[in-house]
Amino acid sequence: MSLVQEMNERAFELGVPLGVHLDVTYRCNERCAHCYLDHDDHGEMTTTEIKRILDQLAEAGTFFLTLSGGEVLMRRDFFDILEYARRLLFNVRIKTNGVMIRESEARRIRELGVEQVQISIYSRRPEIHDAITKLPGSLQKSVRAIRFLKSHGLKVAIANVLMTANLGEHTGVHALARELGVTYTLDPTITPKIDGDESILRMRIPAKELNAVFHTADLVGSVEEFCAPPPPAGDDIMEGYPCSAGHTACYITPYGDVFPCVQFPLPSGNLRRQSFLDIWRNSHQLKEVRSIRAKDLPVCSTCRHVGTCTRCPGLAYMEGNMRGPSTADCEKSFERTGIVTANMLRRGLGTPSSPLVQIQTLAG
Amino acid sequence: MSEKYIARSSAIAARVLGSEMMVMSAIDSTFFTLNEVATIIWQSADGRTPLSQIVEDAVCRDFEVEPAAALQDAEQFVGELAQHGILVVSDHPCPCPNPMEAV
Repeated sequence: MSLVQEMNERAFELGVPLGVHLDVTYRCNERCAHCYLDHDDHGEMTTTEIKRILDQLAEAGTFFLTLSGGEVLMRRDFFDILEYARRLLFNVRIKTNGVMIRESEARRIRELGVEQVQISIYSRRPEIHDAITKLPGSLQKSVRAIRFLKSHGLKVAIANVLMTANLGEHTGVHALARELGVTYTLDPTITPKIDGDESILRMRIPAKELNAVFHTADLVGSVEEFCAPPPPAGDDIMEGYPCSAGHTACYITPYGDVFPCVQFPLPSGNLRRQSFLDIWRNSHQLKEVRSIRAKDLPVCSTCRHVGTCTRCPGLAYMEGNMRGPSTADCEKSFERTGIVTANMLRRGLGTPSSPLVQIQTLAG
Repeated sequence: MSEKYIARSSAIAARVLGSEMMVMSAIDSTFFTLNEVATIIWQSADGRTPLSQIVEDAVCRDFEVEPAAALQDAEQFVGELAQHGILVVSDHPCPCPNPMEAV
């Protein structure tokens, strides 16, 4: 176990919010086709309010701080916020589209000791990338930002969301990441909008494409290991918790709302009315999230994938039940292993060509 | 032997978790956890106080340890953190010792 994993376990035992994702704005200079946010400003927090929250997070023991949006640099006070966060010795990661990062911004980010900058790239072809962001010239500007950041010695990661609009483009983006000397992450997950609107889910890639991604060694490492059938789940799995949301991590909106996670929009308190620690320790919603163990999931606890599934409780919540399955993750488990999930069987979605292991699942 | 002055680097992240201090270098992402004694030394690294005085005042006062042995251990610990850019070691008091001032 790595030292960071040990610290995560320690934070879990102590109930410390080790990692917080703070969206400083929902405003954005891009209008990505798959984005889950509304980009109007409904009264985002002031500089003073955000600094007060950062003080509270430091006091609560938060170490990893992700500053994201919207586009963080749409806030004129972003560097003021970033500087303040670094003065409080947070380990800061920034998520940005990079369009507004030039040499001077890259240098300032480096001077402030930011751990990593993540930039979204959808294709290395401008006609695809810019069509998704709806901002002409955005690919060129984002790549330029990566070069500036790299030239200052910063760690950069390219985040490549995969959707119907950029099918097959990940190979090129992966190659671009290699050429630029940056980390590459591929995410085939399109989530409903934060207000529950599911219209963008039609942009999720087809099952066949998901299957191909999961069986590409260049992306997943050992296909044999990655796509291996799940081992039987023991007591440790059934007594375990689904993920860090609400346990050692949470999300804060630009309006001060606290959710268990950016993908789990369960209103748990508001920082304009309560202190962070009051919400973190006393919110009924967070307490409910923390109470759920794998054995408490009515469908998933019966599923063969229970120990290895990437089930997102937030996506399950958006489907109507935080204890229910997350259909997108059921699909991932199936496409990864070829083994039908309990949720698929329940919904009558087992394929006629399903392998014998499906029968074993039914028997088990 | 000349005095050593130690200051915390500005390129680090740090937080107390339980009884330990987590420290991460933004330069090479090296992650450290410091025990109670190391945390006291790290927190006292203001760039102005000699290491020997930190050991004498902050370590020997609270822990039953010989000053000479404590200083030897402290120098080894300081050297290790300096290699990863987490502490800055100097023969003279540092004009900008505090990371809160440096950023």
